[in-house]
Amino acid sequence: MAKVPVQFTLNGAEKAEFIDSGTTLLHALRDKIGDTSPKGGCHQGTCGGCSVIIDGELRLSCLTLAETCNGAAITTASGLSEGGVLHPLQRAFLDAFATQCGFCTPGMIMAATVLLDHTPNPSRDEVVEALSGNICRCTGYEPIIQAVLTAARSNSQNAA
Amino acid sequence: MALALQTFSTVKEANAALTVAGTRYLGGGTLVVRAANEGDVSVSILIRSTEPSLSAITVSGDKVRIGASVTMAAIACHPDLSSLAHAARAVGGPAIRNMATVGGNLFAPAPYGDFTVALLALDTTVSTKDGEVPIETFVAKRESNHAIVTAVGFTLPVDGGFRFLKVSRVKPTGVAVLSIAAVLEQAPDGTVSSARIALGCMADRPMRATAAEKALLGRKLTSDGIEPALAVARDGTSPITDPIASAWYRNEVLPVHLGRLLLA
Repeated sequence: MAKVPVQFTLNGAEKAEFIDSGTTLLHALRDKIGDTSPKGGCHQGTCGGCSVIIDGELRLSCLTLAETCNGAAITTASGLSEGGVLHPLQRAFLDAFATQCGFCTPGMIMAATVLLDHTPNPSRDEVVEALSGNICRCTGYEPIIQAVLTAARSNSQNAA
Repeated sequence: MALALQTFSTVKEANAALTVAGTRYLGGGTLVVRAANEGDVSVSILIRSTEPSLSAITVSGDKVRIGASVTMAAIACHPDLSSLAHAARAVGGPAIRNMATVGGNLFAPAPYGDFTVALLALDTTVSTKDGEVPIETFVAKRESNHAIVTAVGFTLPVDGGFRFLKVSRVKPTGVAVLSIAAVLEQAPDGTVSSARIALGCMADRPMRATAAEKALLGRKLTSDGIEPALAVARDGTSPITDPIASAWYRNEVLPVHLGRLLLA
């Protein structure tokens, strides 16, 4: 099958690849571009492990065809740290023991990033709602919720 | 089998491409890409259209037109559609709502398709190149539809006239045990003058609870008033059995939840 070109911004860097038509964004990111932070869990849109941010919106890369992302700005969990310094959400996840196996963590952090971008001081219910499309089978969710609330408090203290 | 994607700037071109064997229309991807990921090899070419009208919401007075590519998230945050926001938010989690489209929801098999339950209660019309058809007709024959859905249209109910309930085991977002939508009009004395009730998960696709609708006419929305409607709520149902609930369970709890919706 003929290859098709895709071009988008990934974590601020221009990326261009030739891929098989019909390739999912998850496959393109992990196996063509080498960003393995989005995880392929269910491939059904149920687990949220493949969550990425496309043009500011949370999307599931396992159900998104890469060709539909031409010209888009894509953010993954691997693009959050700057100069080796963890993003406040990543730091909060570590400090709150919000990861065990870590498989769901990049998707959780993507969902939380979108939440805090739009709602800097979310309520607990808003955090639960924002993470409702992401499944964790280790933590029981509470440490994750607390980590997001901690990161939000940390952000607002730094902004003050 | 590998998939290929073909993108067209107009619906007309996309409709022409869909006449080829092995093609299917791609909306938000939450149904057809999922099916491909699960190994559905019946589709080899996905077709989509980027025609702007597919992504437009138009509200003129109480008349609403929603393009088929409009997402659940767009409906949930539209200022003129606030009465429907909770039905749009009933679909999936935040990422799914950013992807799932109104057009796609019309084809979602039970236990999915919660927003179509709402559209069924709203007496929606579904537009394709062949014209407009009532949603009930469209959903009943959706497997044989080969024309791209371009929009849905309906009249906004009066304030408080639309009610929606999704029952799920996982909060705040989970797969439905069942969902119910109702558009009710009441006479000045409080009796029901018009009722449209739609059910999700009570068949393989959204269905009307016509017996319950008739039993509500002329009755007040009190425990005694709705009793006849609850007694016939299961008429014509053929619920799905899945890991969420059995058909028996869904039928048992339907009157309970319908009662809660009507008395809310």
